[in-house]
Amino acid sequence: MLEDDEIIREFLIESNENLNRLDTEIVDLERNPTAERLASIFRTIHTIKGTCGFLGFQVLEGITHHAENILSQLRSGQRQVTGNLVSLILESVDAVRQILSNIEASGKEGDNEFPELVVKLERTAADTSTEAAAPVKAAPVAAPAVVAPAIAAAPPIEPQPAAEKPKSVEIPVVKTPAPAQTVATAAPAQPETEKSSAVADSSIRVDVSLLDKLMNLVGELVLARNQILQFSSQKDDGGLNATSQRLNLITSELQEGVMKTRMQPIGMIWNKLPRVVRDVAHSLGKQIELEMEGAETELDKTIIEAIKDPLTHLVRNSCDHGIEDPETRIKRGKPGKGTLRLKAYHEGGQVNIEISDDGAGIDVERVKRKAVEKGLIRVEQAAAMSERAAVGLLFLPGFSTAQTVTNVSGRGVGMDVVKSNVEKIGGAVDISSKPGEGTTVKLKIPLTLAIIPGLLIVSGGHRFVIPQVSLLELIRLDGDALSKIEFVHETPVYQRRGTLLPIAYLNEVLKLPATKSGEACNIVVLQAEDRQFGLVVDGVHDTQEIVVKPLGKQLKGLNCYSGSTIMGDGAVALILDVLGVGQLSGALSRKNEGRRQEESSRTSSFQAQKQRLLLFKSGSFERLAVPLSLVARLEEVPLESVEYAGGRRVVQYRNQILPLIELATVIDPMGAAKGDPVETEGSPLQVVVFSNEDQTIGLIVDRIIDIVEDTVAMRRSTAPKPGILGSAVVGKKVTDFLDLQAVVETTGERFFAKNEARAIKTLLLAEPSGFNRGLLRSQLEMSGYQVIEAANISETLQRVENDPIQVLIAGAEFVTTDPSGIEKIKKLAKSAHIPMLVVSNTAAEMAARRELAPDFDDYQLRFEREAMLASIERLANSVNSFGTYGKASGELEKAGELIHA
Amino acid sequence: MQVSTFWVGKYFFGIEVIRVQEVLRSQKMTVVPLAPPVIEGLINLRGQIVPALDMRRRLHLEPRAEQTAPMNVIVRTEEGAVSLIVDDIGDVLDLEEENIEAPPDNLAPDAGEIIHSVYKMKDSLLLLLDADRTIDVSSTVH
Repeated sequence: MLEDDEIIREFLIESNENLNRLDTEIVDLERNPTAERLASIFRTIHTIKGTCGFLGFQVLEGITHHAENILSQLRSGQRQVTGNLVSLILESVDAVRQILSNIEASGKEGDNEFPELVVKLERTAADTSTEAAAPVKAAPVAAPAVVAPAIAAAPPIEPQPAAEKPKSVEIPVVKTPAPAQTVATAAPAQPETEKSSAVADSSIRVDVSLLDKLMNLVGELVLARNQILQFSSQKDDGGLNATSQRLNLITSELQEGVMKTRMQPIGMIWNKLPRVVRDVAHSLGKQIELEMEGAETELDKTIIEAIKDPLTHLVRNSCDHGIEDPETRIKRGKPGKGTLRLKAYHEGGQVNIEISDDGAGIDVERVKRKAVEKGLIRVEQAAAMSERAAVGLLFLPGFSTAQTVTNVSGRGVGMDVVKSNVEKIGGAVDISSKPGEGTTVKLKIPLTLAIIPGLLIVSGGHRFVIPQVSLLELIRLDGDALSKIEFVHETPVYQRRGTLLPIAYLNEVLKLPATKSGEACNIVVLQAEDRQFGLVVDGVHDTQEIVVKPLGKQLKGLNCYSGSTIMGDGAVALILDVLGVGQLSGALSRKNEGRRQEESSRTSSFQAQKQRLLLFKSGSFERLAVPLSLVARLEEVPLESVEYAGGRRVVQYRNQILPLIELATVIDPMGAAKGDPVETEGSPLQVVVFSNEDQTIGLIVDRIIDIVEDTVAMRRSTAPKPGILGSAVVGKKVTDFLDLQAVVETTGERFFAKNEARAIKTLLLAEPSGFNRGLLRSQLEMSGYQVIEAANISETLQRVENDPIQVLIAGAEFVTTDPSGIEKIKKLAKSAHIPMLVVSNTAAEMAARRELAPDFDDYQLRFEREAMLASIERLANSVNSFGTYGKASGELEKAGELIHA
Repeated sequence: MQVSTFWVGKYFFGIEVIRVQEVLRSQKMTVVPLAPPVIEGLINLRGQIVPALDMRRRLHLEPRAEQTAPMNVIVRTEEGAVSLIVDDIGDVLDLEEENIEAPPDNLAPDAGEIIHSVYKMKDSLLLLLDADRTIDVSSTVH
């Protein structure tokens, strides 16, 4: 019995290997039918048939027998290779594969006996009349009659890279010619068998778990080596030094060698792609030629496995979206047959994989339109978006530009998954495209994960390792340079070549004791996803090759560490998770930072070109800016001419009553309360007068600094503050930009309302009832809003998370049916600064909801259209572009009155 | 049943001997910033990185006096070893099944969660720990 199991296992391993090759060979056969190829396919099928007959797998034997019959007819020239025939053989191969996996799982063939396939095979085999008996191109020496018996006598063990299912890999002991070549050139029977046995002798099967163990041991050895090296560097002992140097060299070589055993050529996963491409092309009526270059490029086994699915997806994508159908291609002056090129090569310790097609390229405008339609970005955003940024939209979750959803792609899951999978293993994805000429997707993948170079740093007396891949540069500031870390309110930033780099202090992030604030400061500039931030550490040591060890499950919840390692002295050091640390520190916001930056660049129409800015001081804001184009005049108002009207300060100004707003009390109430008196006796007030068509307003500031003309280098929303748009470098100094509208609005005035009101706002309509959704939606859309719908809690959460939303409108039904769900939504909306409006059917219901869930931003009746729209508009306008909003308490009271009325 | 015994505070604990991989003296510890307080740190056990749980915190007892060198009881788990930091080590004891009883109901809930039974000794009680629950600190993570 045991022996039987062993035989079956061998049979499975061998057959799986052969099957993987078969796919490629059969596709090749279709393109270029040669006798050798046919012979090789025939042989493989024959071998499987022979063995399964011996082991008593009857279904398998039946299918392979019929397939063999057809192949035999092909070989003898009774019929010709056609697309249908190839499809049929591929189908048989799939059936064989399925049965094999059944056998692997249960030891039995399974219940499916593939009757339809068998009938089809039988019928095809019997019916050779329809096809002209044109012979296959004859190979010079090949005598098919000789091949079959020779092989039957000695089933060849083809030196193919191992199948994935059986857990073993092939290790070439001697450098041998590429296996594929062996097969292709082996025309005559006799040399073929000899050659294959020679190759078989030079490689052995090794269990993957054994390799993993070896890898671990080598890891240990590397650590021990590091320890010895450290030790010997402290001792002045020639003998010890020499020995440890030798140990060093040997360990390095051993490490390299063992790593190599885990390396597999990327061709391993490319093998399957010809089949994929053929199937996709076939089903879409396209003609696609697949070219592969660098199939021998090697990667660590774990990485190979991790990129298998993303790669397949990208290839399908290119076939489906990239390459056009033949007619279109010919119309565009391209050959009817499209080309898909896969290329793998080493570059700078990484492996690059390029998937390029000569298809239509990415239609940037269409991508933008689609993103707007899906509510991923706004119209104004799309207009201002660079081509590169637009291509980046493809990676957003829920994006798919396929005109029609095919069974190949276009289900909206895809590029974002590709991106996250690749990033999970420390890689990166990049798309470049030329309209009409094609698209290239480039994956950058690290060679291995187990041993990585890392930078050793110290903070608060602890040592940490930062993976080298995340490291951009090191900055050391001392003396006067220290003052280059500026503060935008409480958030430290550093001006690095004209852009603002958010700064985090590692000891603060990890709640470690602060170190001496001293003469120097080290900033490690890090890259997390597509963002950068600076991490201030106490000391920077050298870089080392470190062996990554996972953290136990007790520490899994901490996302600021990605693992741990053992240092030269035997102590454990934690490996920092750059993204986690960035998020924890607040230097990278947890959510949609990229979008916000995008947005901030959009909000300021005055971004790119040079423009004139008025700089002034107010309260604790030393340097505020406002575009000069908005400013009507600068005035000095004598204190005694200030009067009061309606409890508000005003001044008579050019025959008008000019309302005055004291800026400091709005943007910095704390600072203003503390004193810092603006109005020192006798000196006049500094007033900046803003004016639109029919309204004028005066802002009292402390001091006018300057008027400058500058390009605004970069904008960032740091901790959002009411009345502040963001900050930028103006005149080489960090300057806050005043959000004039928000400032004016906080005082209850409406200003610029005319120009602003109809900027398109996106609303999220979370309503369980489809009827209500439809009704509200049409009302809202008629009022000029863009509306996204969500029918349940989870959809709502997802939308809030991913979409740029100004106001969330939630049906009151959620409050009663799923209080915990609505609580979740509320929390998320709060953190994203999205005001929430609860709508219900009757006033009584509304009162009840208010009691149940008192702290939403507003409550309205569904059918009080005017009141609801007013509320939405107010909530939407209270959100400035940086996401802050003032809670509209006035309206809440109004809603309360409405209930009582 | 054989148990490996140790002291934490004034309590005498036992853990099945087959679950105990080894017992070590005080080890060099790497503190993990931001980790739950019950995790005292990480130790390097011949190349394996092992989290160490402070049993005093686990049982909500007063912290150990400084300068006392604690011991490590290394417990095997499915996801690798975990070290329990205890005050002192006792002998391996052979227990008679008939003297093993369910823990009293009035046990503090924190302790009751990880003590699966109590063994009556001549003049004291041996508290038998459930190894898996002891190392599962997810409930103590706040």
